[in-house]
Amino acid sequence: MQAQKLDYLDELEAEAIHILREVAGQFEKPALLFSGGKDSITLVRLAEKAFRPGKFPFPLVHIDTGHNFEETIIYRDQMVERLGEKLIVGYVQDAIDQGKVLEQKGKNASRNALQTVTLLDTIAEHGFDACIGGARRDEEKARAKERIFSVRDEFGQWDPKRQRPELWNIYNGRIQKGENVRVFPISNWTELDVWNYIRREKMDLPSIYFAHQRDCITRNGQLMAASPYLNMDEEDLIVSRKVRFRTVGDMSCTAAVASDADQIDDIIAEISASKISERGARLDDKVSEAAMEDRKKGGYF
Amino acid sequence: MDILKFFTAGSVDDGKSTLIGRLLYDTNSILADQLEALQASNRKNDDGTIDLAILTDGLRAEREQGITIDVAYKYFQTEKRKFIIADTPGHIQYTRNMVTGASTAKLAIILIDARKGVVEQTVRHSYLVSLLGVSELAVCINKMDMVDYSETVFREITEAYEALAAKLNLNKVNFIPVSALKGDNIVHRSVHMPWYDGSSLLYFLENVEVTGHLPSVYARMPVQWVIRPQTEDLHDYRGYAGRILSGTFKKGDAVTVMPSGQQSVIDRIEVFDKEPEQALTGMSVTLHLKDQVDISRGDVLVSSARLTQQTRNIAADLCWMDQKQLDNSLTYLLQHNSKITKCKIADIQYKVDINTMNKESADTFHLNDIGRVELKTADELAFDWYDENPANGAAILIDSRTNLTVAALMFREAV
Repeated sequence: MQAQKLDYLDELEAEAIHILREVAGQFEKPALLFSGGKDSITLVRLAEKAFRPGKFPFPLVHIDTGHNFEETIIYRDQMVERLGEKLIVGYVQDAIDQGKVLEQKGKNASRNALQTVTLLDTIAEHGFDACIGGARRDEEKARAKERIFSVRDEFGQWDPKRQRPELWNIYNGRIQKGENVRVFPISNWTELDVWNYIRREKMDLPSIYFAHQRDCITRNGQLMAASPYLNMDEEDLIVSRKVRFRTVGDMSCTAAVASDADQIDDIIAEISASKISERGARLDDKVSEAAMEDRKKGGYF
Repeated sequence: MDILKFFTAGSVDDGKSTLIGRLLYDTNSILADQLEALQASNRKNDDGTIDLAILTDGLRAEREQGITIDVAYKYFQTEKRKFIIADTPGHIQYTRNMVTGASTAKLAIILIDARKGVVEQTVRHSYLVSLLGVSELAVCINKMDMVDYSETVFREITEAYEALAAKLNLNKVNFIPVSALKGDNIVHRSVHMPWYDGSSLLYFLENVEVTGHLPSVYARMPVQWVIRPQTEDLHDYRGYAGRILSGTFKKGDAVTVMPSGQQSVIDRIEVFDKEPEQALTGMSVTLHLKDQVDISRGDVLVSSARLTQQTRNIAADLCWMDQKQLDNSLTYLLQHNSKITKCKIADIQYKVDINTMNKESADTFHLNDIGRVELKTADELAFDWYDENPANGAAILIDSRTNLTVAALMFREAV
């Protein structure tokens, strides 16, 4: 009898690769949603492991809010060049210019929620039947109940009560025309798993993940990067702080954490000891107890 | 460090969500902002302490009704292991969710209320553990604080359960007296039950051996994708990509392509930029064969030392999972790993009353019904019996009108 067991990172990696290959095998026109964040960077690494030396059987798709950290865009473009894979960018600005969505007003204005429209437009324009995303179940309690193959109706909506049972490692990706499937290969990873994997694989990340000096303001008790995208007034005091970001989203809704961790080992040590969960730095989840569930029902990632 | 996936069976009344909440809480797996959200919530225990059950109820309807509807996955880790919990609802109307949670679990936790003992739902949950072949079982006799931590109560319940376990062929049963609410024997050994000399639940979870690995003759890999770069320098490159379901493949091993029966030898094993000598169970790899053979998605590469079953007629246990009842005049789709084929239900042998385990005759299956059917598939399937190799012995049925997954299937015997 064989007693050898896979290390947990090997097992998580193997599961994710299996899921990516199922997407390739089951769908006509899949896409990988790439945000420039560590989770989608991890997905890209997993796609290399799943399909090299062949090409990816899908393009990368970036939904660009226009409120990006510059470092993320530089990283994205260098990565795409290194990979030699196709990148499609959907611009939230386009939806705003076309009058499809209205820019939020007030101090907490963010383009995060506006992304959904651009995402759905991009899916429709290219006819994507599956969108691979980097969401994890440990992030949030509505996500804890979402399937790895998560079917969305023609309006992009998630219906938590009509989810398909997902048994063994068998993924049912059959859909009607107009529907599409969101696929989450790293559903079973935790934030710490992602970091440990990044360290093991010696992956590069955008520099904002590491501690750096930055002009910040304090908003709702959290540190926010001062930027033209943030609605600031005289009451907002700009101070230079040493910070890093735990997630990378729209600049107007991603808070920084005060940190000296400028090496990956320090970040892992910091997360292991942290008393604030990752999505605690996302103002968009704080609206209500069901904030994520409601956004997902509306077509969010 | 390895990963242990387990599932919990029990209803809210048994304190299942509280037990999971307790495991997370006492292993410091609840972070400050989650705790803050918890404390801000209106749900409190009678004594004003935090209701840990809220941690696992993710959907609005669940919080409103105070019940668990769907499978929720929770994660925690200790120095020894990473754990993935499939938290499943226990009421009979959610049998399908329990089957779903159990399908990927290596261990089951069954909760028994110490005041009630072995009841109808205990029989049901244990039957499902046996049906799905979950190899390890921890029976937590909960709410010991409500029976004055009585050893007699604990002994009576374990005796009653052992009789049930014998009927169901459950042989690895561990009994742990606990109070999820008070924290006795969950993470820390209880001071209230000096008569109990076993370990706490967490210690048991950290140390129990669950390999589930089969000998190398059971080497099976369904082909998911054929990698063919077709570039100038990789003109002849042809790699078969898939995940090892069971057993081990080594360089030089004789393999057979099922169901076509073509034979070849493993030339090399690739994992991205590495070329390991062997591919172990659970690994996602790319296999190269010595010979040019015709292989496409859905074919299974297997050890020539032991071929799979190969037939179109199979008797299988079925759990019906759709609101619409089974219509045996319809042709369904059967998905077995990466293979999809048309399928008819040729006959219903019986339905099981899962509260009593009695077999009854039936014309159809409704939501949550379990029983045995005879399947007839359009293509031959390359599978193993579920009892011998569950990873290659299970499938799902899909309704081609709605594309919904309507049933879970476990292959049991030839027709």
